[in-house]
Order: sequence, then structure tokens, then C-alpha cells
Amino acid sequence: MTYLKPKFHHPDLPKNKLGYTRKYYEGSLSTLCAGCGHDSISAAIVEACFELNIEPHKVAKMSGIGCSSKTPAYFLSNSHGFNSVHGRMPSVATGANLANRDLLYLGVSGDGDSASIGMGQFVHVIRRNLNMVYIVMNNGCYGLTKGQDSATADVGSKNKSGNINQFEGIDLCGLAIELGATFVAQSFSGDKAQLVPLLQAAMSHEGFALVNVLSPCVTFNNNTGSTKSYDYVREHLEATASVDFVPYAEEITTQYEEGETKSIQLHDGSWLELHKLAQGWNPEDKISAINALQNARKHHEILTGLIYLDTDNKELHDLMNTTDVPLNKLTQDVLCPGLEVLESINADLR
Amino acid sequence: MAKNKSKVNDLVVRFANVNGTGSASANYLFAKAVFRMGIPVSPKNIFPSNIQGLPTWYEVRISEKGYLGRRDGIDVMVSVNPQSFAKDIASVSSGGYFLYDSTKRLHSDLIRDDIHFIGIPLMEICIREYTDPRQRLLFKNIIYVGALSELLKIEFSVLEELIREQFSGKEKLIAPNLNALQLGIQYVKEHFPEQINFRLERRNLVGDAILMDGNTAAGLGAVYAGATVASWYPITPSTSLIEAFEDYCKQFRIDKETGKKNYAIVQAEDELAAIGMAIGANWNGARSFTATSGPGLSLMNEFLGIAYFSEIPVVLVDVQRAGPSTGMPTRTQQSDILNAAYCGHGDTKNILLFPSTPAECFEMVADAFDLSDSLQSPVLVMSDLDLGMNDHMSAPLKWNSDRKYKLGKVMTEKELDALPKYGRYLDVDDDGIPYRTIPGTHPTKGAYVTRGSSHDEYAAYTEDSPTYVRIVNRLLKKFDTAKKMVPKPEIIKSPQETKLGFLYFGTSAYASQEAKDFLAEHNIFVNAIRIKAFPFSKEVEAFIERHETIFVIEQNRDAQMRTLLINELDVNPKKLIKVLNYDGMPITANFIAKEISVDLKAHLYLSKESVSL
Ligand SMILES: Cc1ncc(C[n+]2csc(CCOP(=O)(O)OP(=O)(O)O)c2C)c(N)n1
Ligand code: SF4
Ligand SMILES: [Mg+2]
Repeated sequence: MTYLKPKFHHPDLPKNKLGYTRKYYEGSLSTLCAGCGHDSISAAIVEACFELNIEPHKVAKMSGIGCSSKTPAYFLSNSHGFNSVHGRMPSVATGANLANRDLLYLGVSGDGDSASIGMGQFVHVIRRNLNMVYIVMNNGCYGLTKGQDSATADVGSKNKSGNINQFEGIDLCGLAIELGATFVAQSFSGDKAQLVPLLQAAMSHEGFALVNVLSPCVTFNNNTGSTKSYDYVREHLEATASVDFVPYAEEITTQYEEGETKSIQLHDGSWLELHKLAQGWNPEDKISAINALQNARKHHEILTGLIYLDTDNKELHDLMNTTDVPLNKLTQDVLCPGLEVLESINADLR
Repeated sequence: MAKNKSKVNDLVVRFANVNGTGSASANYLFAKAVFRMGIPVSPKNIFPSNIQGLPTWYEVRISEKGYLGRRDGIDVMVSVNPQSFAKDIASVSSGGYFLYDSTKRLHSDLIRDDIHFIGIPLMEICIREYTDPRQRLLFKNIIYVGALSELLKIEFSVLEELIREQFSGKEKLIAPNLNALQLGIQYVKEHFPEQINFRLERRNLVGDAILMDGNTAAGLGAVYAGATVASWYPITPSTSLIEAFEDYCKQFRIDKETGKKNYAIVQAEDELAAIGMAIGANWNGARSFTATSGPGLSLMNEFLGIAYFSEIPVVLVDVQRAGPSTGMPTRTQQSDILNAAYCGHGDTKNILLFPSTPAECFEMVADAFDLSDSLQSPVLVMSDLDLGMNDHMSAPLKWNSDRKYKLGKVMTEKELDALPKYGRYLDVDDDGIPYRTIPGTHPTKGAYVTRGSSHDEYAAYTEDSPTYVRIVNRLLKKFDTAKKMVPKPEIIKSPQETKLGFLYFGTSAYASQEAKDFLAEHNIFVNAIRIKAFPFSKEVEAFIERHETIFVIEQNRDAQMRTLLINELDVNPKKLIKVLNYDGMPITANFIAKEISVDLKAHLYLSKESVSL
């Protein structure tokens, strides 16, 4: 277990605007291995939701199967969760979202769950621009089935049993941009300062938001020679920019020098502030984003931060022109055409 | 040449066409005209898995007695496809008629002297009358309908009325169609003035019946049931069900003020995603469904398991086709019974409904949503290609105006407030059915994680054996509760005491009922039961108990319903005699009677000389 939770609460614990403490956003005790990257991501989700003043019951936590997919039990215990079947979270999330467009859909998946068994659904949920946050806890291996290589393992990466991966690793961020994802970010479970604002921005984004988080598996893929170990990832991180998230109606206070900063306004009115932006690179331009990813790959760097953002997009409901009222709120009087209509249908069939 | 006496309102007409030549609407015009003359009619498409070019047939059974199953023997063959001439000529019953396009001479090898040949130079007439090649192709079909209607004495006014209805809004097309009909009629009047051995006479035998296919009725049933999310993947023969749902949604589910849709239809990337979406939507409180056929059902296996175990409603319509594997995609069977009943790994049991008519497709799809919500379990409506894709004469669709959706045990915010501690899987009412919550209902109560892994009464993960056993046993108890909620079987008692029974379901009903009458004419009496649902209710059990021998009539090779009965009710297998048709064509009464006569002789119920069936 990663962290024990104190039973006793100090009455003066800080509260957010809704009057909830951080504790209120936590979940049950994690059963993952001590030091597992996934637990840090859960903690970042708690922090992001607390700071964003999210109503937990307006969140639906969706996941597939894997150590990563277990985490929805370990955050937001006041939200409903659906730990579904291996690789199929996107479809369940799609159905749920179609039923009620008013909730925030937080999807959690693993690299096995998304890049192998679930690749088909991963691809199609992006194409449809489902309004959801899709977090991949990416450790380059199948943690829950004891460390086999996953499809995101890099060529040449060595796993705990000494095997060297021969196959090309799938770059989920590059793929997502290719498929039309409207928000693509990459981060590291050990970089809470970057991960929390990225998650907040993803939650404020309307449309499909991928957050691919490198999340080392301490038990099966943290050895020397692995390109998904804590040491390797730390050494090869290359931040695109530092990230600040400024919620709607708050003022931007920090001053930066001209030219270095880029502010992007999100759908809900909040701002994403990118500072010390890398040279010659524009996260609002697809080609520029893909170039940056390819360059990083060539130089064995792991690009983190906001990779790509398109704020001018239509999410699935808008594409399909479904009503503004959540479909699960429509009642029989609206849904059922009634007896008279049926009689006329019968008459037409005679 | 065999001379039959002229038969009235009792014949089988088969049309032989080339796929993709627009013959479907002409053939339908013929069937509908018979129906409008008040005569029971049952048309069936026999089509290839192909878009254009292969032979396709349309078979119309016309029966004064109201028998709607297929019947052996073709009395009149209308063949406009030289590709299949040899086969078509061979299939006509002795004394029957072969109506064909005589523009090209028929090869003398094909001539049979025990049937009548009626040659009509369809292509020649078309070339003479029309210049546009498309018109030549389309009107050829209407001309043979005209010719046939004259031979069989169909009232012209009926055809005219149907043409007017079909082209209302496109009035320009009425006159040319009527003209094409007349071309056929005139040709027959001039060249074949004698009455043939079959003819139609107006009757008043269809009452308030409708002519409709099961998929359209099922799609409409989903609209009436309040389904808002449909997710699907194209597959014959279920595609037209979703298309019907969409058509009706466009009519009845567009918000008048905003023009926005009160529904969502997603063509998924595969059947796994289709059922995943339907489950996700139901979990989130919207009524949702999918439709598929055998191959799709196989893919949905894992998802049905999680819906069963974590107790999420979902409705699936399985329009069955001939398997295994891709099998014969455009032929019918009832061969997904066992897979559907136990679909899902581990100990899984699903609720099944078996419609026989379009009216039941409508009703049972609506019932499926109520049952699925009430029982928090998947419900599979087991239709088939014959029912789904063919027009059937059916009782009209019924909807009780007081009917209210049964949404089952769903906790409201208030109810949660009043509760000290909510447990998702607690058996509060001792019926095996727990209470569920929909996400977003209450700020602090009722949230839980739905999972396919073992869970306790409070939805927490557990590997504790007694808890696991408690939960799976409660699911059995719930299945027992379902027995009282599913539609009861239909039992048809013979006026005579008998120890013989018929058991059938779905589209096997038509031919079974006809076979039953046929046997009665030969002094063999049977009681009949039509199964409408799984789990089997106590009425099914009692019927089997009351009879010595029961013929289980079904359309698959392995006697799947019989296996299910033996497995679930501990019936002595010797009591249940298999009557199995699995060639992909709808079962016929002739087949059933033949099979049964062999068995009856073997069982000494029937002395050798009593009848020759
Ligand atoms: C259909 C199916 N096949 C295989 C499994 C076994 N299985 C469970 S988790 C897993 C891999 C998980 O890997 P990943 O998604 O990367 O999650 P991690 O444990 O690494 O966080 C597999 C193969 C399963 N649960 N279901
Ligand atoms: S096996 Fe790896 S991924 Fe799974 S909990 Fe342990 S460290 Fe995390
Ligand atoms: Mg993994």
C-alpha cells in the first residue's frame, strides 16, 4: 500500500469553494505496490478535482482492466465508477456519455488496455471526439499479469526478465493527434507540478482529451535498461513548456516576459498558460506538434506538457445534434409516440 | 398432362429474379394485392448474400385457411432469370405453371410435359414500349405482375389503388405503372384467354391484420419503449431493425422547437463496442439496446457476462441466421438458443424472449426493456431472419395507453437520503433483485464502483469465498423471480384427450400449427405449447409433465431448445422427440408431418395402415 490515510481529520483542513476538503476527493485505500506510479496519478487527480471545485457526483470514473484500471477505486469515492472489461472502456464511456452529457467522464486505462487489446476502441473514441478525459497510466508493460512487454515499450528496452523488446513502440500521443484528438498532453507520474494543471486543463476542455502519463511499474519494469524506469524517464524528460492552469474568473497574476508565454482559453473560460515555450513550436498547430514528437523520439527524449490543443471543435453530441437535455432525463411523455400514432401506423400497413 | 381442378385461394407462387433488378417492389405489389383482396398471404424472400447479379426468389404462399408457414410445392413459377430456368422449371409441381420471358426461345431440353408453359415476351414488349434502359428493366417487373394478376384474376382496382398509394407525392409515375400493368394484362387476354387451374377470389379473412416485417416492428417497439441510445454494427439480418428505429426516431423523436434529436444512434466499430455502448448507457440510466446476429453475439459474450454479473440492464435483439461461423448469412435458423441462454463465461444465464409475429416483435422488444430494467439483467429477444426480414400477416401492433415504463428499483435522491447505508447488491426485498443508483443522483450517497470482479453486497471487491457464493446464489434467486415475470407460454389444447404434445417457439409456430391441424384430420391429436421465454415458467414444466411424448420442433441441427429444457427442467430426454429443420429455409408443415409420422410409427401410436402422411 502506498499511503496510509489518517482516520482523524483536523477541523481546519483547507476547503475548496464547495466546502469540501481534499479528503472528500480521495478514494479507498490503494492495493497497488508501494511506489507504483499509478498511485501518484490518483493523487494528482484528487488534487486537480479539489482545486477545480468539481462536484464528485458529477463525475463518472471509467476504466478497463489492469493495475491502472483499478485506480478509480482509489480516488473520488463519491463518484460512480465502472471498472469494465479489458480494453473496452472507451465504448462503455461512449454509451454513458450519450446517456448523460452533463457529467465529467474521467477514463483511466493502461498501455496494455489501450494500445493492445483496446486499440480499436481507443482509435474510434478519438475519431468521435467524445467529450472525456482519457488518462493512460503508461508503464510499458502489463503490470497486473506480471510484467510482459506492452505495445508502448520502446525498441531496445529491457524488461525485468532480461528480454529486449524488438518491436516498434506505439506513440499514443502522436497517434491521437493523427486521429483528430483535440487535446493531447503527456506527463510523468513523478511531476505533480506539471500533471495537476494538465489534468485541470483536460477536464476543462470540451472534446476528447488524452493525458498520457509515464507511470513506472516498480515491480516489473523499473530495472536498468528499461526506458520506462523512474531513472530513465527522469533523465530523458524534455518539457515543452511549464504549465499553469488559471480557472475561469480568476485573474492571471504572474508576469512573464513577452514572447515566452502563450495563453490559450478553454471552453469553460479558464486559461492554460504555457511559459518558457520551447523554440519554434506551436501546440495549436498539428504539424508543429507532430514534428516536436518525432524530433523528441529521434533524440530519445520524452516530451512532456501540452502537446496539442484545438479549442475550436465539435464534440460527439454536437456532431450528432442530440438534445441539450441529458437523454437519461427524458421521460415517457416525450419518448413514447402513443396509441394514436400506433393506430395510424397500423392503418398504413393494411 | 395432369389436369387439376381449379383451386381457389390456395397456392404457392414463386418469382425468380436477378438480385438488384428492382423486382422486390413489384413482387411485393403482388403479395399486397392478395392481402387487400382479404386473402391470407405469406411472402418470403429467398435471397443470396450478394448485392447484384445472383439469382433471388420471392415465394408467396396464399392460403384460404390462413396458414402462413412455407409449404412444399410450387404451383406457379414466374421466372425472369434465365440463369435459374433449369432449376426453376424442375421445382414446379406437376400440373403447375411456368410463366417466363419468352423473348428468347426456351431450350427444348427444358420442356416438361407435366406442367404448363406460359411465355410472355417481356423484354420484347419493353423494347417496343420504352427507350430508357432503366425503365425497360423496371417496367418488365410490373408487366409480369400484370400478366400474373390476369391469370389469377386479381382485381385490377386493387392493383390500381396500391400503385396510387405507392406513388402518392410522385404522381407522374402512376400512369406509366398502370400502363405497364395493362401491357401484361392485355398480352394474357389475347394469348392465354383460358382460365388456369388456380385463381383468387375476394374474401374477408384478414380482419384487422397488418402486413409488416419483424425488424420494422422491433425497431418501432424500441421507440415506444423509450430507448434513446442504439449502438450497432452492420450485419444481415439485423441491420434493417436499426434502420427502422432510426426512421421512426426521425419521425417521432426530433424536438419540435430546437430540431435536436431525442435519441442517439452510433454505428460502432464492432459488436464489442456496440454492446459496450449499450451497457454504458443503461448503466447511466438511459434505455439502450443493440441488434445483431450470430457472429455478433459471439463477440458480445464477455460484455454480456459483465452485465449479468454486475447487474446492468441491456436489451439485445438477435436476428438469427444460419451458422456456424458466417454460415449462410441470408438464410434463417433458430440456432443461437444455447449461446444466448448462457452467453458469458462462468455461470451466466440470460433472459430470452421468443417472438413469433411482427406484433410480438413490437411487444416483446418493449417488454424486454421493462424486464431488463426490472431484473437488472440482459434480455435477449430471439428473432430470426424469416421473422425479421420477411413481411408477415400479423395481428396489429398493440399499445396500452395506460402503460407506464417499468424502470425497476432505481433509488431517488430522497430515498437515498432516508437510508442509513446504501448497499448496491443487498437483497432488500428477498426477491434477489437489489436497488441500483444512477450516477449524479446524490452528492454524497449511493456512489459505488461497478465491476465484473467479485464484489460484496456493498459493491466492494472481494475474494472471500462465502461472499462470492452468496452473491452468485442470489443471482439464481433473481433468475427464479424472472420465471414469474416473463411472458407465459401459449397453450393450445386439442379437443380430444391426448398424451402427445408439440413444443415450438418463434417462427416454427406457423408450420407447427398447420402440421397439428393436418394430423388432426388423420385422427392424431396433439396439445401444443408455444414457448415465449427463458427461464421456463412453471406452466412449461407442467405441460411437459402432463404429456408422455413431446415433439420439440425447432430450426437447428442440435436440438438446442430440447437441450435447454433437459438441462433446466431435468426432463427425461426420452420424452422429448427432436423434429429438426436446419437447411436454412423456413420450416414447412409437410416436413413436420413427415418427421412425426416416422416417429409415431416407431412408437406404435400409429398403425401402419391408419394414414399415409
Ligand atoms: C480479455 C482479457 N484478456 C486478458 C486479461 C488479463 N489481463 C489483465 S490486466 C492485463 C494487462 C494490463 O496491462 P495494462 O493495461 O498496461 O495495465 P497495468 O497493469 O500495466 O497498469 C491483462 C492482459 C483480461 N483481464 N481480460
Ligand atoms: S505491478 Fe506494477 S503497475 Fe501493478 S501495482 Fe505493482 S508497480 Fe504498479
Ligand atoms: Mg501497463
